[in-house]
Amino acid sequence: MAGISRDDVANLARLARIDMAPAELDHLASELGVILNAVARVQEVAGQDVPPTSHPLPLQNVYRKDEVIQSLTPEAALSAAPASEGQRFKVPKILGEEA
Amino acid sequence: MIKKSASEMADALANGETTSVALTQAHLDRIAEVDKDVHAFLYVDTEGALAQAALADKKRAAGEKLSPLAGIPLALKDVMVQKGIPTTCGSKMLEGWRPPYDSTVVSKLRAADVVILGKTNMDEFAMGSSTENSAYGPTHNPWDLSRIPGGSGGGSSASLAAFEAPLAIGTDTGGSIRQPAAVTGTVGVKPTYGGVSRYGLVAFSSSLDQAGPCGRTVLDTALLHETIAGHDPKDSTSINAPVPAIVAAAKNGNVKGLKIGVIKELQGEGYQTGVLNRFNESLELLAGLGAEIVEVSCSYFEYALAAYYLIAPSECSSNLARFDAMRYGIRVGDASGVSAEEVMNLTREVGFGREVKRRIILGTYALSSGYYDAYYGSAQKVRTLIKQDFDNAFTKADVLVSPTAPTTAFKIGEKADDPIAMYLNDIATIPVNMAGICGMSLPSGLADEDNLPAGFQIMAPAMKDDRLYNVGAALETALLSKWGAPILSHVSGLGARA
Amino acid sequence: MSLKYEDVIEKYEPVLGLEVHVELGTASKMFCGCNTIFGAEPNTQTCPVCLGLPGALPVVNEKAIEYTIMIGLALNCSIAPFSRFARKNYFYPDMPKNFQTSQYDEPICVNGFLDVEIDTDEGIKKFRVEIERVHMEEDTGKSLHMGGATGRIHGADYSLLDYNRAGIPLVEIVTKIVPGTGKYAPEVARAYVAELRDILRSLNVSDVKMEQGSLRCDANVSLRLIGSDVLGTRSETKNVNSLRSVERAVRGEMIRHAELLNKGERVVQETRHFQEDTGLTRSGRSKEQAEDYRYFPEPDLVPIVPDATWIETLRAALPEKPSTHRKRLQEAWAVPDKEMASMINADVLEIVEETVNLGADPTKARGWWLGEIARIANEKEVAATDLPITPKDVAEIVALVATGALTDKLARQVIEAVIAGEGRPSEVIEKRGIKVVSDDGALMVAIEKAISAQPDVAEKVRGGNVPAAGALIGAVMKETKGQADAAKVRELLLKHLGQ
Repeated sequence: MAGISRDDVANLARLARIDMAPAELDHLASELGVILNAVARVQEVAGQDVPPTSHPLPLQNVYRKDEVIQSLTPEAALSAAPASEGQRFKVPKILGEEA
Repeated sequence: MIKKSASEMADALANGETTSVALTQAHLDRIAEVDKDVHAFLYVDTEGALAQAALADKKRAAGEKLSPLAGIPLALKDVMVQKGIPTTCGSKMLEGWRPPYDSTVVSKLRAADVVILGKTNMDEFAMGSSTENSAYGPTHNPWDLSRIPGGSGGGSSASLAAFEAPLAIGTDTGGSIRQPAAVTGTVGVKPTYGGVSRYGLVAFSSSLDQAGPCGRTVLDTALLHETIAGHDPKDSTSINAPVPAIVAAAKNGNVKGLKIGVIKELQGEGYQTGVLNRFNESLELLAGLGAEIVEVSCSYFEYALAAYYLIAPSECSSNLARFDAMRYGIRVGDASGVSAEEVMNLTREVGFGREVKRRIILGTYALSSGYYDAYYGSAQKVRTLIKQDFDNAFTKADVLVSPTAPTTAFKIGEKADDPIAMYLNDIATIPVNMAGICGMSLPSGLADEDNLPAGFQIMAPAMKDDRLYNVGAALETALLSKWGAPILSHVSGLGARA
Repeated sequence: MSLKYEDVIEKYEPVLGLEVHVELGTASKMFCGCNTIFGAEPNTQTCPVCLGLPGALPVVNEKAIEYTIMIGLALNCSIAPFSRFARKNYFYPDMPKNFQTSQYDEPICVNGFLDVEIDTDEGIKKFRVEIERVHMEEDTGKSLHMGGATGRIHGADYSLLDYNRAGIPLVEIVTKIVPGTGKYAPEVARAYVAELRDILRSLNVSDVKMEQGSLRCDANVSLRLIGSDVLGTRSETKNVNSLRSVERAVRGEMIRHAELLNKGERVVQETRHFQEDTGLTRSGRSKEQAEDYRYFPEPDLVPIVPDATWIETLRAALPEKPSTHRKRLQEAWAVPDKEMASMINADVLEIVEETVNLGADPTKARGWWLGEIARIANEKEVAATDLPITPKDVAEIVALVATGALTDKLARQVIEAVIAGEGRPSEVIEKRGIKVVSDDGALMVAIEKAISAQPDVAEKVRGGNVPAAGALIGAVMKETKGQADAAKVRELLLKHLGQ
């Protein structure tokens, strides 16, 4: 049985930037356990010699020319910003370092 | 007037029987009358729609050459971005968001002078099979208001069945156009992946999503399909080839000598008897019209649901990462001393509903280091196997068929607490998305048990969308003959007002 | 720092790894048609795609692929017949989609090398730096951290985001680990980045300005005991904004690691930030709790399958390698190795070449750039190429000296004035009234004045003490405000005094 613990879920919630309450974590852990069990069967047929498909269609080399086209106005770009200052998006203090 | 098909409305506009403004107003009145019960719409753009209608009338009066659907009203699933109009994707996260740009589908509709009435309800971010996951309350099936209209595009299909619009746009990732069509007695098509631009379609699962046409008849759906399909340089995954002759196929409706393959694995146990009965009757009708019915086997289809519920959540966990309260959407918890990370965490907890969070976590898990090969990696391989199954089957038949969904519309709340039971609604539709081919659902009749609509699914190879319409039109005509009147004349959910 | 570099290299040997990010000089962004002009007003070069708005989709810039292939070819890489974009998933406010569209296990160029030469006391040493991969990705937006004392992220109250830079094409060039550099690791690192920069410039794919961020270097350093094959823990140093900083950062990290190891302490695997003012690094994010990026193939983009003919066309069109170019110049100018190395080290080779191309004699051009101009640059603690004096200015000055319109001494004055912002050489000369006084008549007036002021010195010279003339010549120079042609003065003076 592909189990998933509450700690696992807490870790995943952290990675996914979702602040979940303990009750939610527990509930999700049990639900996901059931789902994972059901979906794990893909391993039964996913042999070494089967190539994966990431695109349903055999398209390749789709490009655009290096030409400048009109951007959004700054007003439009910032139109939905929860907060802005000096034509920039205003965000709360960032704790982590830039990558 | 609102009971007509879009094609009939177009004729009426063409010979001056009515105007687009009058037609639009009639639909707005209908929405005002019934939508408090159906709740198909999240936003009705009264002013905008009437302005578009007026423009269409003006062009017609000036003798301009117009597109076949010019002046016809349409309902747009709220997952499609429309400039300046609230676009919520059924989520609290985007409450009040007005996009600064138009999706390509909307641009094409505007260029064709189609009148966009408003945005329809959906499962949040297109995740669901019942529209119960909408942050704004469920949509009610016009056939029986206590039942679901299907999902994720329940609003679009319900609006058609309630005669609030003759045309609608939906999106289909695992069946979200076809399954609602089946349970509301309407027509819905998922075009070949890449056939309709995804630019402006808020992404759920990028390699599976596709926008598509919905209508009450096969011909209406065909007209809409041709209007929105075509290559888009803004979408790298869009097909760079001419749109197949879809309307011509819909007007043709000739299945003589055609091989129709019944997929063994998509019937039997788990499928409601009444649904199967209508399916088999439709097969008989097609045989009677000269088609050859063959049985095909697609043995890997039993893994399709599992693979889908790994691929789609994985892609969505990444696609939905952008909703972080920094640039648009709601922002929760912003107070002195609170960090950006905390605001992101709080906003996403509150802004996303249960199903969305469940899939994000599942997807994050399936992609994580150490688990990628076992889950996401394996699912991508199953996709190859499903595609092979289809390729094989299409050497034996020109189209493949199955019931669209295993059951008719269930009661609101009935499956809400059982995710797996909910996921099973898509068991027949998912393989189509996995392989990127095209699929249609049209009504096959009412199930004996409950007198609720059942859907007949037609599948065709990639880029052969015209075959769907050819077979669909033939079946539709035959069924109409059999019923004596369109199936939707039986819609009783709205009482005497229907 | 208590430990000396010599002590470090006696006991340990360094292992290097270098990651260089290059902003490509395409007209539009990697995945959309927004402009890429540096320094534009905030959020004026954004669109649904580079803002990551819901529903937006990327489309690959063909020129970016072309430039990346050219870079790979110039670095002797193999061009992958099939490559793909992948999503690198992590959350950060400067990344609109909260994933970066990059490349993971299918990069476009692999397995190349770059040969570098460094000038040491033990002669010219050559090193081959092997290149693991060259891949494409997109740049992030820029944050301004507000409210804190230093403008840095620590202690800030809030941040302001400008997404003009988000989506600009970036090429990442990653070396394999570079062992065997011994005590020359800092120089090798610097030479590698310098050579890479010259190649990129010659390809015309980027303006490679480290100070503007279009060329960024991260240096990975680890130490191992000499003779051991156990690799040490490495640290990654970012924020290295100049060639000089690359060298200082590597040296600094080597010393820091050695100090820790000598004390029996552990080197922490982490990201560090280079401090320009101290030459030291500061601890940043710990890499031990590494974020899981959950890479998967980008579903919104299709694979890149470069046409073999296209690759060969690009290969044939590659410009002369900078090293070949340098050898050619060296021969043409007849410059000894050491001087060649001086020019390269001072980063003036290109500007000297430009000066020569404007007609200046190579030796003279070199002389000025490496001499007077380099001296002033050092004083001001900037690079010679950053001073406001151009090859055209220097070529003009060389020409003026050649015709005798300026003496070397006057030329130095003009150079100083041009750098001080007084104008171009001709303007300076006019404004200051600089001219060589070589008119015999005028000179004689000054000479006679000097003689009458120092009759005893004049007598000495008449008496055969030629060196004594120096005092008189000096007086004449002073009298003419340095504008006399000293050689002419000497000639006339001695003749006048019968020598």
